[in-house]
Amino acid sequence: MNILFDRLFGSEQHNITIDGEFLSGTATVADGEAVIIGTRNKAAIDSALALKVADAILRTVREDSDVSRPPRTILFLVDTQGQQLSRHEELLGLNGYFAHVASCCDLARRHDHRLVTVIHGEAVSGGFLAFGLMADRVYALPDAQVRVMDLRAMSKVTKIPYDKLVVLAEESPVFAPGAENYWRMGGVDELWSAEDDWSSCLASGVAHAAADDGRARLGLERGGRTLAAPIAELVKAA
Amino acid sequence: MSVKPINYFEASARTRIACLVDPDSFSEFCPPQLRHTSPHLARLNAPVAFDDGVMVGRARLAGHPVLIASQEGKFNGGAVGEVHGAKLRGLVEKALSERPVAVLLLVDSGGVRLHEANAGLIAISELMRAVLRTQAAGIPVFALVGGSCGAFGGMGIVTRLCTEVIISEQGRIGLSGPEVIETVKGVDEFDSRDRALVWRVTGGKVRRALGDATRLVNDDIAAFRDATAELLDKHVERPLKPSDLAGLTEEHEQLSTRARRYDKARDGRIIFEEAGFKELESVALMPVDDFNRQLGEEL
Repeated sequence: MNILFDRLFGSEQHNITIDGEFLSGTATVADGEAVIIGTRNKAAIDSALALKVADAILRTVREDSDVSRPPRTILFLVDTQGQQLSRHEELLGLNGYFAHVASCCDLARRHDHRLVTVIHGEAVSGGFLAFGLMADRVYALPDAQVRVMDLRAMSKVTKIPYDKLVVLAEESPVFAPGAENYWRMGGVDELWSAEDDWSSCLASGVAHAAADDGRARLGLERGGRTLAAPIAELVKAA
Repeated sequence: MSVKPINYFEASARTRIACLVDPDSFSEFCPPQLRHTSPHLARLNAPVAFDDGVMVGRARLAGHPVLIASQEGKFNGGAVGEVHGAKLRGLVEKALSERPVAVLLLVDSGGVRLHEANAGLIAISELMRAVLRTQAAGIPVFALVGGSCGAFGGMGIVTRLCTEVIISEQGRIGLSGPEVIETVKGVDEFDSRDRALVWRVTGGKVRRALGDATRLVNDDIAAFRDATAELLDKHVERPLKPSDLAGLTEEHEQLSTRARRYDKARDGRIIFEEAGFKELESVALMPVDDFNRQLGEEL
């Protein structure tokens, strides 16, 4: 993980604790201190992990509301294979734990924290909804995998032949896995290449983070999601 | 006057709205006549719907102005695609300018529509942000859950963001459906054909006992309407305050306590037991009023 941290923050510019699949700590971003909350090893997000994320956000809001400096940026380092699939988690109401994380993100935003996500591994389905997609800005590293479901599984569920899905995936970003598809649809703001200086990318990424949700507009501009913005506007104007 | 109950579970999304709101008060935005269908379904040769499986509009309920959306579970399992999701988000954001007493979401959905999975996932995330923003502006969002698809996937998360959740016994709320868990983890993890078990894990009574739903009602549209009307009255009297650090810290404690208390639980029996139900076998058959009384509600 240190190689990643060094590239994102600069060597000796981070103090991040690794606790199993959970990462937490602080690091230097654009000359200021940012709070780091992350997952690794393709973590399946369960209630315990969701509570750790929520706790770290609430702690940051609490600490920063008592001091005179501006609220720190919260950086999510995302690597999740999705939600934990288990009867126990369903009984607990895992969806409610995910909603709680989302509410904590919303609270932090209303307290003027900037929320920025960097996908350093996978970002899948419900796990990504809970952890990452609620940020102001989402950035993907070169080998990031973003999806709801792979095409073979999708073929099984929808009964559409796999070969046909592969062909259609060439023309449309709407269902096939891939960070670039999410970029075209406005769900990922930037794709960073291996040659990029990630630390300056991050600094500029944080500077551009804004509290309004511009993803539908972005998807329209990039041509990957042309209906979301106008349909929502149609409803709002009615 | 005795009125024959209209079953909520069986009713279509349109019937639910028609029977729920004051007569002739519903006007639909982006109606089926405009034919905003999903081009993504069409490209995959899948059937389309002129309303993309959801209707949105404004209405009155017990005289209160509301914005209302209703998902059609019989169309693609109520799943959220680009157009469907944009209609829901547009409606929830519209509340910021229109300021109704509440936004009512009649949720009947398995979550993201796989045919347009990426668009659906982003749309649900946008809907989550819209719900949070609208509630932070003091306008409550209610979820009504009693259809055959329940509230699952991303719509299960959206439902739990809502200020009020009204559910019937047949209503179910969760994240991953039992079939998905069985397929990936095996039948020993979750036997999706064991309907009684599925109900004890995701069903209306266990969700109400845990506090994930704020009202449990009979599977009757009139019962949903009465509960909604009562909660609308309540919110007129005591307007919603935006959630704050103290409130979310308390919620955090409650969820942490639940996770500790039920750290090994895999069956809703233990939740009924802890809620004080003595004869566990009879909980499933217990009338809703008796169940609510047992939970300490005044009726």
